[in-house]
Amino acid sequence: MNAPAASAAYDQRWQRIQDCINLKQPDRMPVALYSTFWLAKYGGITCKQLMYDYEKTKEIAERAVLEFEPDVISTLLLTVASGRSLEAIGFKQLQWPGHGVGDNQPFQYLDREYMKADEYDEFIFDPTGYYLHTYLPRVAEAFEGFEELPNFPGLHYFRLVGSVRSFANPRVRAAFENVFKAAEESERFFQHHVQFMARMASLGYPATNGTTGVSPYDFIADYFRGATGMMKDLFRNKDKLLQLLDKVAVFLLRQIIPTAKASGNPIVFIPIHWAPDAFMSPKQFETFWWPSFRKMLIGLIDVGLVPMPLWEADCTKRLEVIKDVPAGKCIYWFERTDMVKAFEVLGDVVALRGNLSPSLLTTGKPDEVDAAVKHLVDNVWNQGGKLILDAAFGLPDETPVENVRAMFDAARKYAG
Amino acid sequence: MNDMTDEERQLVEWLADMNEDDALALAKRMLLEDKKNPMRVLELCRAAMDIVGKRFEEGEYFLPELVLAGEMLETIGAIAKPLIKLGDGGEAKKHGKVLIGTVHGDLHDIGKNIVSFMLDINGFEVKDIGVDVPVRTFIDEINTWQPDVVGLSGFLTLAFESMKETIAAFESAGMRDKFKVMIGGGQIDDTVKNYTGADAFGVNAVEAVALCRRWMGVAA
Repeated sequence: MNAPAASAAYDQRWQRIQDCINLKQPDRMPVALYSTFWLAKYGGITCKQLMYDYEKTKEIAERAVLEFEPDVISTLLLTVASGRSLEAIGFKQLQWPGHGVGDNQPFQYLDREYMKADEYDEFIFDPTGYYLHTYLPRVAEAFEGFEELPNFPGLHYFRLVGSVRSFANPRVRAAFENVFKAAEESERFFQHHVQFMARMASLGYPATNGTTGVSPYDFIADYFRGATGMMKDLFRNKDKLLQLLDKVAVFLLRQIIPTAKASGNPIVFIPIHWAPDAFMSPKQFETFWWPSFRKMLIGLIDVGLVPMPLWEADCTKRLEVIKDVPAGKCIYWFERTDMVKAFEVLGDVVALRGNLSPSLLTTGKPDEVDAAVKHLVDNVWNQGGKLILDAAFGLPDETPVENVRAMFDAARKYAG
Repeated sequence: MNDMTDEERQLVEWLADMNEDDALALAKRMLLEDKKNPMRVLELCRAAMDIVGKRFEEGEYFLPELVLAGEMLETIGAIAKPLIKLGDGGEAKKHGKVLIGTVHGDLHDIGKNIVSFMLDINGFEVKDIGVDVPVRTFIDEINTWQPDVVGLSGFLTLAFESMKETIAAFESAGMRDKFKVMIGGGQIDDTVKNYTGADAFGVNAVEAVALCRRWMGVAA
């Protein structure tokens, strides 16, 4: 495809997404290609190669995009090719091929208590200090030594002049060396990502999102307190948790907004882990989970960004609550929530994304995939739902290629 | 348990209502100062857990309550168990043996732990053999422990294949008809149940308990 044609195709594809967000009818139902380790299966390489070989991963990702011609693509390289960066920073929260799991297995997060229950006060009082002295050395080897940095607030006059000597401490120096090395690898990785996304854009394929975010509750539950620690905090550290959630909503926005703006793409992808119906009561959800997240959503919307939460598992009972956002500003991606039900409740408020089931895609036959797409077209798209077709949380790693083909073919067959 | 004193009733109520501080203080006093029979205190805990389980089934309680209940039970158990003397009475009869583990390739365990806890408080003898469990380990454990039910857990989609392999290995080892197999985890549904050859699947801990009860002929 020549450059003007590719550019026109890009505009056309992006317009479909824009139309969905604005609750207008696009010319056809857009389809997204979101993948993590499925690319390894597709390209016939191991998960480890996918994580470590930037060039190979870009080549496979490009081949997949050109084969299926999706309307939007996820940040295909950024999502998986982090092996060298993880190694350079000595990341402790993940196990990945060659580091705890086999060469042909995806990375897996280690749910642990990375912040202790008695550290709430410290984190709330001085988040940056808590990060420097406690959290960073705990989660990444490169930062080990930062514990010995001084407490910065309070340094003044000759105390400042004297305290700078902490930086001469051999452990601190070594930590800085390690952080510089990690930064260089991370920069290389990022440039590969930028270059890949620019190449995809030049071929006519926009990205589903410029950056990612996290809800305040999930941020604390997943990355600090751990699943069970957080659940106990709902009873034991209720007030402190609520205080921290409020604060986190503010500093997460400060993180996300500039990154999203710099990416040039307004969509912010926010995978949601702890909202499902089964995980807490409606009252707990409305007390602990939703208020700080809604604050974030509004904060993003107010600066012209488009939040795209991926509501994992079944969130049917949350639909009436999460409906409380301005119309035409968000994409809600659902994993196991019945899309027809989601459309009934939210169809006039948000664009929808999803949600072919992982078990169907991995173990089903192409004609079953076809039927599942038809079901969504008949009951959501043709009823006026602004649906971006995708798998429940992107293509499961094990999906046979013929089922992916069936998904894209069926979308074109039934919805333009 | 209808023959409870006011104090005993209070302990059950505080435990069931998630009033952790008061419940633990009272349990400690009963065990350490008033020298109550530790078996009796554990029985009260079980009565409280019955209420917790019921509230979970009825949709009043969710995972956070199960986790806190588990923790309270563990704390009281740790104090009570060393105090048990011969003649304090035996443990309640178990309904059946459930072997449970996360299949190979998968390291997730939150759901599995909650299922183990719920089975345990519902009177099943549970042996949890951890995460990323190789097929061979399941077979060895089954041979030595002779469970009535085997529970396979998995969160990732790779678990579909691991579960299928594990169950196929039970067939090859000629042991498949000696126990029931249930599967569970974030992505498990009827399609996966059929694909793997499991007897049943459950979407939460209550369903796991119901399956085991049904298979063991225990009234709910």
